[in-house]
Amino acid sequence: MLGLLALVLFGLLPAGGRETTFGLSTSSDFVHLGPVTVPSKASAVVLSVLALLAAAYAGWCVSRARRVGRWVTIVFAVLWVLAFLTWAVAGKSTSLVSLLAGSLFLAVPLAFGALGGLIGERAGVVNIAIEGQLLTGAFGAAVFASIVSNAYLGLVAAPVAGLVIGALLALFTVKYHVNQIIVGVVLNVFAVGLTSFLYSSVLKENAATLNSPPRLPTLPIPVLGDIPVIGPVLFRQTLLVYLLYVAIVVGAIALFRTRWGLRVRAVGEYPAAADTVGIDVNRTRWGNVLLGSMVAGLGGAFFTVGSVGAFSQEMTAGKGYIALAAMILGRWSPWGALGAALLFGFSDKLQQVLGVLGTAIPNQFMLMLPYVVTIFAVAGLVGRVRGPAADGVPYVKE
Amino acid sequence: MKLELRGITKRFGPLVANDHIDLVVEPGEVHALLGENGAGKSTLMNVLFGLYKADEGEIVVDDEPVAFKGPGDALAAGIGMVHQHFMLVPVFTVAENVMLGHEPTRGGGLLDLDAARRTVRELSDRFGFGLDPDAVVEDLPVGVQQRVEIVKALVRDARVLILDEPTAVLTPQETDELIAIMRELKAQGTSIVFITHKLREVKAVADVITVIRRGAVVGSASPDAAETELAAMMVGRAVSLGVDKAPAEPGEETFQVEHLTVRDANGIAVVDDVSFSVARGEILAVAGVQGNGQTELSEAVVGLVPATGSIRLEGRELVGLSPHEILDAGVGFVPEDRTVDGLVLDFTVAENLVLDLHDRKPFARGVALDLGAIRKNARERIEEYDIRTQGPAQEVGRLSGGNQQKVVVARELSRPLKVFVASQPTRGVDVGSIEFLHKRIVAERDNGTPVVIVSTELDEVAALADRIAVMYRGKIVGIVPADTPRAVLGLMMAGAGAEEAREQATETELDQLADEHTHETGAQQ
Repeated sequence: MLGLLALVLFGLLPAGGRETTFGLSTSSDFVHLGPVTVPSKASAVVLSVLALLAAAYAGWCVSRARRVGRWVTIVFAVLWVLAFLTWAVAGKSTSLVSLLAGSLFLAVPLAFGALGGLIGERAGVVNIAIEGQLLTGAFGAAVFASIVSNAYLGLVAAPVAGLVIGALLALFTVKYHVNQIIVGVVLNVFAVGLTSFLYSSVLKENAATLNSPPRLPTLPIPVLGDIPVIGPVLFRQTLLVYLLYVAIVVGAIALFRTRWGLRVRAVGEYPAAADTVGIDVNRTRWGNVLLGSMVAGLGGAFFTVGSVGAFSQEMTAGKGYIALAAMILGRWSPWGALGAALLFGFSDKLQQVLGVLGTAIPNQFMLMLPYVVTIFAVAGLVGRVRGPAADGVPYVKE
Repeated sequence: MKLELRGITKRFGPLVANDHIDLVVEPGEVHALLGENGAGKSTLMNVLFGLYKADEGEIVVDDEPVAFKGPGDALAAGIGMVHQHFMLVPVFTVAENVMLGHEPTRGGGLLDLDAARRTVRELSDRFGFGLDPDAVVEDLPVGVQQRVEIVKALVRDARVLILDEPTAVLTPQETDELIAIMRELKAQGTSIVFITHKLREVKAVADVITVIRRGAVVGSASPDAAETELAAMMVGRAVSLGVDKAPAEPGEETFQVEHLTVRDANGIAVVDDVSFSVARGEILAVAGVQGNGQTELSEAVVGLVPATGSIRLEGRELVGLSPHEILDAGVGFVPEDRTVDGLVLDFTVAENLVLDLHDRKPFARGVALDLGAIRKNARERIEEYDIRTQGPAQEVGRLSGGNQQKVVVARELSRPLKVFVASQPTRGVDVGSIEFLHKRIVAERDNGTPVVIVSTELDEVAALADRIAVMYRGKIVGIVPADTPRAVLGLMMAGAGAEEAREQATETELDQLADEHTHETGAQQ
């Protein structure tokens, strides 16, 4: 909360230009909104002061030993980011829509990964192997989509590829009670090794037939896609993004509103209790690890058919671990995971945008941004979170 | 429903936990299963509940042999179990816990929470449990959690209810309430298998008593049987339940605790401004329900938790010293959990007997250990304390609970002490060893050592204490003489001051107690 002192400086520091322009719509919009141009220094100051007020209110709550509402943090963060943007973009222009749409786009693998992870962890199996599942998912989607020349069938192959890693994870952790962290890390290394090997020994030579998948087309949804600002951001995306919406909603309802979810959570919290009411603990864990790995594998499709197309070595670049952070930051809930993934996606996109605009900040610092945000989010914002009590503990019966 | 166990045998490796056990539970009876810790009661019930698979024997329900593959089958057959460690998911609500495993749904697998709430309310009203379906279980007191467990079984139409050591975690008042609940259940036709090692409760509520020793049924008894008779069956020889001890001859008060306060990680005072003193040749028992600061109090004495205030031993201030310095100052300490704090389970008996003495003569020579002296010491202690072990070189972890505790007590009492503090000195210890340990503690008192006993067992408090300090929520609510009636102690353990408790324990209750007492002594004669 004290970090806000720094952003007062943002506002008050001399900015490069006098005006900041935010594009609110693209040329193809049904309803056309003109770009908003604001005096950068004044608005940065105003936004900073507002952020300061939010922080002051939070401080006041703390001094009165009252709980600080989450919305205060969110309002503070939004104001902070807007102030920062106003300052950073000063004198140039940027499209707010493409910034937001890009954030969502980059959040897709993180959200799928986090959702896959929490499905396993809610049942008590730590899934460090999200990274490996994303990678094999990406690989499977690329190869299969290339062979059949159909991007959509790549979306079918990705979960199957993730499932392979998930099945190994379940076999070792659930059946043989091996330490879940160790197995997960080993599987990540295994996935990197396997895909890299296949890539260099098979894909490289037959790139035209095996590694040139078509990409998922953008499917604008009629009417919804024409809503200003929101439309282009949310409803002019690929099928994979729409699948994410479905997965989050279904996941949230299934975990917290259904018989299946109640049982899964019981298994993750106190497996002995679940066992004594006739729930098969290890079968539940098997099921959840497999399901979770399929979801994460589907997220892997993003890297190939969902974005650039062709597979390349280690292309997931640690996104699986950020997804893990998103899961924790989102407190093991689907909506929370989505929110955290969007935060990380936003910081990633912001880094790209600012890199292109060429602001005063050195490029290296901008590249660090997503990771810095991850550290601060997990260490600072999360506070004390309580994961499933039996997370990571094998269930051994006499 | 009639339930029969025929020739149940369960082995864990070479150990025979249940040896051809036969048991018949008639419809609508309270059947007590009496036996010491480790006698095999819980194993038997876990077999019955489908958690363990029996090596031999069969379970017969209403004259039909059944095979349980898991608890689900047992539940379906009408057998419910309230485990010693509650099988409740702490972060779930009462309703969620009750519905788990056979959830009412509204189509599509969506939970019908309203139906679950209604069921909880209905059963709760019928038996007067006073449960709130939306309360989160971890926020409830243990007595209430236990009722949730009972409701969980009743919801599944359990016609036989197994209660595994249900009173271990309850205050005397909660125990009385549970006994009333058991009577009510019985009146409504539920059979109860009541597992315990507490004679008083068995006599209060059981219709039939089956006694188990070392995994085998040694006989059955009627509830009229005298406590000494039951105890003798349980242990296999005559035991004296009380402790023969001469009246205390308190000397000089050499151990003084003043304004002692211990705060936990959240800054809450778990020991709150506690003051008392103990004289030479006197036993002060600290009574109270588990979790009211007694553990922290005893740990503060040996410097294991940071404390403020003052603890003086023969004039020397102990607060602020390290545990090592405090032990050197002459404090003997038996921790609450011997397996965690009292012993290194993988070490041998001989090593454990010198854990706090290894760095001084005669067990140390410079930086090296004198293994010969350590072995000699071990042989002497094993002899003196009748520790049943294969020898000094056996690992402590392989001994029974009672023998493990003897090792801890032997170690602490084997050096000259200025004060002896023992926390739960006989928890999980068999009746025979309890008798022995109690004698040693009294002997230490008679040596002129001030003794502090922390115990949640009122029987133990009554047996040992010369004075009783009752703790509630970190404070001492009163220090009363040893002959204070149980009812008064019970009320004090629930927070009432000594005077208030005496008034509240109304004449009727005291009369009732007196009646029971004459009844008991009558039965013994």
